[in-house]
Amino acid sequence: MPLEVIRASDLSVTYNSVAAVKDVSFSLIRADFVGLVGPNGSGKSTLIKAILGLIKPFRGEVFLFEKKLELFHEWHRVGYLPQRLTMMNPNFPCTVREVLSMAVSPIASKNKTAMIEQALEQLDIGDIGHKLIGDLSGGQQQRVFIARALVNNPELLVLDEPTAAIDPETRDAFYKLLRELNINRGVTIILVTHDTGTIGEHANKLLYLDKEIIFYGSFEEFCKSEYMSSLFGPASQHIICHKH
Amino acid sequence: MDIPLLGDFLSYGFIKRAILAGSMIGLLCSMLGVVLVLRRLSLIGDGLAHVTFGSAAAALFLRADTLAVSIPIVTLCSISILKLIKHAGIYGDAAIGIVSSAGIALGVLFASFGGGLNVDLFSFLFGSILAISVEEVYLSFIIAFMAIMFFFVYYREILSVTFDADFAKVSGVNTGLVNNIIAVITAVTVVLAMKIVGIMLTSSLLILPPVTAFQLARSFKGAIIIATLVSVVSVNAGIALSFIMNIPTGALTVFINLVFFGCAILYKKNMPRH
Repeated sequence: MPLEVIRASDLSVTYNSVAAVKDVSFSLIRADFVGLVGPNGSGKSTLIKAILGLIKPFRGEVFLFEKKLELFHEWHRVGYLPQRLTMMNPNFPCTVREVLSMAVSPIASKNKTAMIEQALEQLDIGDIGHKLIGDLSGGQQQRVFIARALVNNPELLVLDEPTAAIDPETRDAFYKLLRELNINRGVTIILVTHDTGTIGEHANKLLYLDKEIIFYGSFEEFCKSEYMSSLFGPASQHIICHKH
Repeated sequence: MDIPLLGDFLSYGFIKRAILAGSMIGLLCSMLGVVLVLRRLSLIGDGLAHVTFGSAAAALFLRADTLAVSIPIVTLCSISILKLIKHAGIYGDAAIGIVSSAGIALGVLFASFGGGLNVDLFSFLFGSILAISVEEVYLSFIIAFMAIMFFFVYYREILSVTFDADFAKVSGVNTGLVNNIIAVITAVTVVLAMKIVGIMLTSSLLILPPVTAFQLARSFKGAIIIATLVSVVSVNAGIALSFIMNIPTGALTVFINLVFFGCAILYKKNMPRH
C-alpha cells in the first residue's frame, strides 16, 4: 500500500456561520502532484490551512502521513509556502539566511548551514543570502519563501500560489524543480494556482474546488470531462488543454 | 554648576541601585520591545501600565502588597490581549485599548473607594528610579536573567513567531507557548518597570530603543543587541545627567532615546544600503 500523505474526511470550515469549505474528502498518496484550482473565494487557501491545522474545521478530520493531525508532530516532513506575505513588515530586520534558518528543523540543526545554502542554491538566490528581506523585490522575496519551504527537504510540499509575482523564466525553472523533486525524490505536492493550463502540464492530478469538490482526477480526465466547458466556457478545451 | 566626579557619583548607594536596576529594566524592555514592535503591539506597555494602575489601586484599597496583586492581574490581561486578537479577530491596537480602558476603569473605581489618588498610588504610577530598594534590584536581575535565558533557548521560535506566526506553527513551533511566555515576561516587566521607573519610561523603553535599532540593524539578532545597547546607555546617561543637572531622570532618558532615534534616522538616510 502506498503511503497516504494527506487524507481529508468530510472537512467543513465555516467563517461566521458561512461555509468556506463544505464536506471535502480526498486523499493524496506519495509522489502525487495535485493542482488545487478554483475561482476566487472558492476556499482553496482555507482548505490548505485546515489541512495544516492553521484553521480549526467546523467538522471533519485530517490525517498527515497516516497520523491524525492532532497527533502529528513531524513537521520537518512538511514544507509550506503561504499565500504572499502582503502584510510583511518591510522594515523587518531579518536577512534571507535568517528567514531560512528559522525554518530548519531542530533535529537537523547540525547541518543547518549546508541545508540553507542548498535551498538558496536550488532557487538560485545564493548571492542575496546576506540581504535584508525587506530590501528585496516582490519576486525575490517569493523565491526566498519558496526556498524556506524546501529547506528541510520535505516529503510533502504545500504551496499556496507560489508563482505569484515571479517572472516567467523563474516560474519555468521553479516548475522544473518541482517536477524533479516529485519524480526523482517522490515528494508529494499540492499547489494552489489560478493558472489551470500551466499546472496541467506538471501535475498528475487536478482538484477543482468551489467550496466543495467539483472535480478530482487526472488532468486528461478533466480535459475530457463535461466540467471543462461548463467551468471555463466552450473554447476552454482548446485554450487550457491544447498544451497538454 | 559643580560637576561631581565619577567617584562621588558612584559612592551613593541609591545611584548604584538605580544604575543596576535601570540597566536591567532597560535590557528587558528593549529585548521585549523588538518583538512587540515588530508584531505591531508597541502600545502593549501603555495598555498594561493602565491595568497596573487599576490593580495597584485595588491592592492599596485592600491593603495588600501591590506587586503580589498586580503581577497576576496584569499577566492575565497580557494573555487576554493575545486571546482577543486570536479568538475575537480584532486588531492588536483595539485589543490593547479594551484591556487598557478596563484597567483605567478599575483604577478609578478603587481610587474613589479609597478617597482619591493617594501618595502610594501616585508613586506607583510614576516610579522613582532614585529610590529603588535592594529587593527591587534583585527582582530586576532575576527577571532579566529569565528573559535572557528564554531568548537564548527559544531564539528560533521567537524569531519565527514574530516574522510569520502561521509558518512558525507549520514548522512545529508551539506558538501558543511562546506567545504566552512573551506575554507573561512582558506583564512582569511592565509591573516592575512601572514601580521602578514609572509609566512614561516603561512605554518609551519598549518602543524607542527597538525603533532606533531597526534603522541600523542588518539582522534580527543585531536589532536585539543594538536596542539593548541603546536602552542601557540611555538609562545610565539619564541617571548621570539627572544627577549632575538635578532634573527628572525619566524625562531625560526619554530625550536621550529620542536623540539616538534621530541620529539613527539621519545615519540611515545618508548611508547607502548594500
